[in-house]
Amino acid sequence: MYRLQSLAARSLIAGALDHCTPLTLTSLTGVRHKSQGPSVEKCGQMRFLTAEAKASAGRLDGKMREKTLTMDTLNPQVKAVEYAVRGPIVLKAGEIERYLEEGGTKPFSEVIKANIGDAHAMGQQPITFLRQVVALCTFPELMDSPSFPEDAKWRARRILQGCGGHSLGSYSASPGVECIRKDIAAYIEQRDEGVPSDWENIYLTTGASDGIMTILRLLVSGKDSSRTGVMIPIPQYPLYSAAISEMDAVQVNYYLDEDNCWALDINELHRAYQAAKQHCQPRVICIINPGNPTGQVQSKKCIEEVLHFAYEENLFVMSDEVYQDNVYAPDCQFHSFKKVLYEMGPEYFSSVELVSFHSTSKGYTGECGFRGGYMEVINMDPEVKAQLVKLLSVRLCPPLAGQAAMDVIVNPPQPEEHTFKQFHQEKSSVLGALAEKAKLTEQILNAVPGIKCNPVQGAMYAFPRIFIPPKAVEEAKALGMQPDMLYCLRLLEETGICVVPGSGFGQKDRTYHFRMTILPSIEKLNVLLGKVRDFHISFLKEYSGLE
Amino acid sequence: MSQHTKRSVCARNRTVFLSFFTSNTPLCPTASSTRTASALPLRGKVLTVDTMNANVKKVDYAVRGPIVQRAVQIEKELKEGVKKPFEEVIKANIGDAHAMGQRPITFFRQVIALCTYPQLLDDNKFPEDAKNRARRILQSCGGNSIGAYTTSQGIDCVRHDVASYIQRRDGGIPSDPDNIYLTTGASDGIVTILKLLTAGEGRTRTGVMISIPQYPLYSASIAELGAVQINYYLNEEKCWSLDISELQRSLHAAREHCNPRVLCIINPGNPTGQVQSRQCIEDVIRFAAKENLFLMADEVYQDNVYAEGCEFHSFKKVLFEMGPEYSSKVELASFHSTSKCYMGECGFRGGYMEVINMDPEVKAQLTKLVSVRLCPPAPGQALMDLVVNSPQPGEPSYQTFMKERTAVLSALAEKAKLTEEILNTVPGISCNPVQGAMYSFPRITLPERAINEAKAKGQAPDMFYCMKLLEESGICLVPGSGFGQREGTYHFRMTILPPTDKLKIMLNKLKEFHQKFTQQYS
Repeated sequence: MYRLQSLAARSLIAGALDHCTPLTLTSLTGVRHKSQGPSVEKCGQMRFLTAEAKASAGRLDGKMREKTLTMDTLNPQVKAVEYAVRGPIVLKAGEIERYLEEGGTKPFSEVIKANIGDAHAMGQQPITFLRQVVALCTFPELMDSPSFPEDAKWRARRILQGCGGHSLGSYSASPGVECIRKDIAAYIEQRDEGVPSDWENIYLTTGASDGIMTILRLLVSGKDSSRTGVMIPIPQYPLYSAAISEMDAVQVNYYLDEDNCWALDINELHRAYQAAKQHCQPRVICIINPGNPTGQVQSKKCIEEVLHFAYEENLFVMSDEVYQDNVYAPDCQFHSFKKVLYEMGPEYFSSVELVSFHSTSKGYTGECGFRGGYMEVINMDPEVKAQLVKLLSVRLCPPLAGQAAMDVIVNPPQPEEHTFKQFHQEKSSVLGALAEKAKLTEQILNAVPGIKCNPVQGAMYAFPRIFIPPKAVEEAKALGMQPDMLYCLRLLEETGICVVPGSGFGQKDRTYHFRMTILPSIEKLNVLLGKVRDFHISFLKEYSGLE
Repeated sequence: MSQHTKRSVCARNRTVFLSFFTSNTPLCPTASSTRTASALPLRGKVLTVDTMNANVKKVDYAVRGPIVQRAVQIEKELKEGVKKPFEEVIKANIGDAHAMGQRPITFFRQVIALCTYPQLLDDNKFPEDAKNRARRILQSCGGNSIGAYTTSQGIDCVRHDVASYIQRRDGGIPSDPDNIYLTTGASDGIVTILKLLTAGEGRTRTGVMISIPQYPLYSASIAELGAVQINYYLNEEKCWSLDISELQRSLHAAREHCNPRVLCIINPGNPTGQVQSRQCIEDVIRFAAKENLFLMADEVYQDNVYAEGCEFHSFKKVLFEMGPEYSSKVELASFHSTSKCYMGECGFRGGYMEVINMDPEVKAQLTKLVSVRLCPPAPGQALMDLVVNSPQPGEPSYQTFMKERTAVLSALAEKAKLTEEILNTVPGISCNPVQGAMYSFPRITLPERAINEAKAKGQAPDMFYCMKLLEESGICLVPGSGFGQREGTYHFRMTILPPTDKLKIMLNKLKEFHQKFTQQYS
């Protein structure tokens, strides 16, 4: 009890709970719902009590106007949404940052936000060529400037010719600028060694998230046991769980095998599917390859098995391939679901419905702010495709600057072009550094007692498993908090490092993790990992030792 | 999906697959799959119009509907050399200024180019005020790059600039940056707020009051969210003004079957072009307060006011002028965008919303919800910043900026007048003054025979009319039925954005077409 009080008194917990009260509390209660039956009741009672209290207050003052939109009248699906990557811990980090800016003191001088794959924020420089093309599109007067290379100008002119009134400021067609869709199709064809890609199957999106949400929206239907079930990996990128909550679909978890480098086990898919069939209609399987947050790169054999499974069980396949250029482990290679599907023969490639997603935000460009992305839809029913186009048209179009950035990614400088050398050098330096950082992260973390980290084969994150002493687990529970949330809050408060607790991604019961990006510069990453190590050791000591 | 047949194939080895294709014989079963050796019917699609989200099916968005798809087709046919009675398709279906030849505001594009490619900060061809703004925006971005995610609510300094703009616009009424959310165009903000508000089942399902005619984003979102659409009709005879007794009527009728919780207003009006009087806004606010409605004010055309005697009044300002009894209670979200006004930067998908009196817990939910999409596009946010923080007197770009801005707005005013005048000379067309926004929404009289023919084809009569217009003259408009209209009346929406010469040609073609059409069917 003494420990509890002292902890609550510490600014970290108090601050985290009261400053961002609503968000923290609701998302924590959300977590509780899932793990602990009894507290749901308590929580329901509490809500009831507040509602009653409000009503009586209203009666006392007959004229008081109740708000139209309150927690009680809010869309319940919105309430159910959780998105840990920008959740309470990140709000807390923002708070600490402001506190430091205003001259406050902490045991560290800056907050390192390793919670999100935001390359530029971590100091990665943009690819010069990409920015040149987008700047030329934005301000075509620059076409006369001798300081811009011809190949950049050529691309900008081509993009502008595809825009209404030759301006980046006009709406594009809702599926995107036609010439960009064609460039993407050509890129996919080249990437997949000749497997054909039809540009009319390409839809530009506002980041990959937008595409994923749109496709899920089409797929969600039915009531009760016929409600659409969506199979997602655990751990997953929480966009999926958030979208599923928002649409009131049924989340069907399949667990990745941590002991096997987060590999996907086909038997586990069968298990999850059979179990889910009892209460919903599983219709979609989502795959993230390379994995987020888990960093594994799927083997070709594994992809074949997944596609075969989808074929057998009549599932719609969504493959999130935004990290397709981020493969570091020498024995790993990226295989697109599309390519593998085609290699499996016509029985498969003419029937399995597949949508794959890509984005400007990851890879070697890291252009998150542009919100560029695309999806390719394969074997979609033509009538449904018309519905998709209609649905997209309501939002008019994805941002043009993002579309232009996407175009540069799929149509980069070629060896015979002027800018090739510089482009190539910038690209390989980013990817080379990432590979090095992936290795470094794994090595340093694995040297810490009580931390175990699978190799970061690809993507941009490490998702190490952390041992949390039973005493710390108890303390977290008493605070109504996930144990890894407690751990991450302490880490933030004591070192300024912001990572996301594994509970935000999902994990096997009684295992604990966190996700951190490998994006900081090597020097910073070294410092960061050193601090994580020191923190972890002192955390273990504190909770294993005697009072 | 119950009818689908399961098959078993060993996934180990591709040659096995290949033999499977040729022999059609089930091979080694995998661990848990059941074996059915019966004939192999084709694997059905998972996603068909029968199994898809039923709400999505109900969505309609006429502004980019069938008529526009046909227009795109015709454009292709023209390119391929197919002979038509016209040389080009004029797309007057959408308020897309740049596509109609309007030039971007130089200053805005300079700053965005500087943000995109900061090496240009050393280029002496760029004015200092543009560089200052670019530096300021970049300093507020992660890693000083427009390629970083911004906070989900939007870049801090941009939200501050938006708040001080609103404060200036509203004569000093305070605006809190914490109430500002940057959005991906105004549409995104509108959909997000409607999403928060939609709840309940059956008779308690959220009802959303929208004007008829309306901008079909509203009806589309309501359909997608499965909310209940409540129509209130604007008064065409009184220049599309909003009548409180009509609000009252529609609210009462709706209470029979749903829970009306939201009132949406578009001012200046789209597609109807009216500008609301201050008195009318006050009445609406009083009504919302009395009936406990959440107000959504779509004010994306706030700079597009042309008619003399008309002025834009923001809902926020009027609300605060009505005193604390209202200003501390009525929940209001107002929306703005980079796509309209004098800038017409639709492609950047910039916009913001200001939320007033939102319950703090709900606001936290809103922040959480927008965080799932990470952030609005950063170039669009930068552009929004420039709109609210444009060059000031004394700055090097001020004169050029003002010249460009005034040229666009006065041309629009001229075109608004011109459109009204020419259309009103056509017998069978009657057009209210285009007081603001970017569209004219004239009423057209259609001969009985044309109406019957359309109905026989299963088409709305004004769709029939617009399709014929497109086929014969290349002009692409949106039929009034896509926006909603009183039964038995017919309209179309056209933008007034084409350059004056083109607009004149277009209006004359329209005139000829209408006369011919009327003759043909009388």
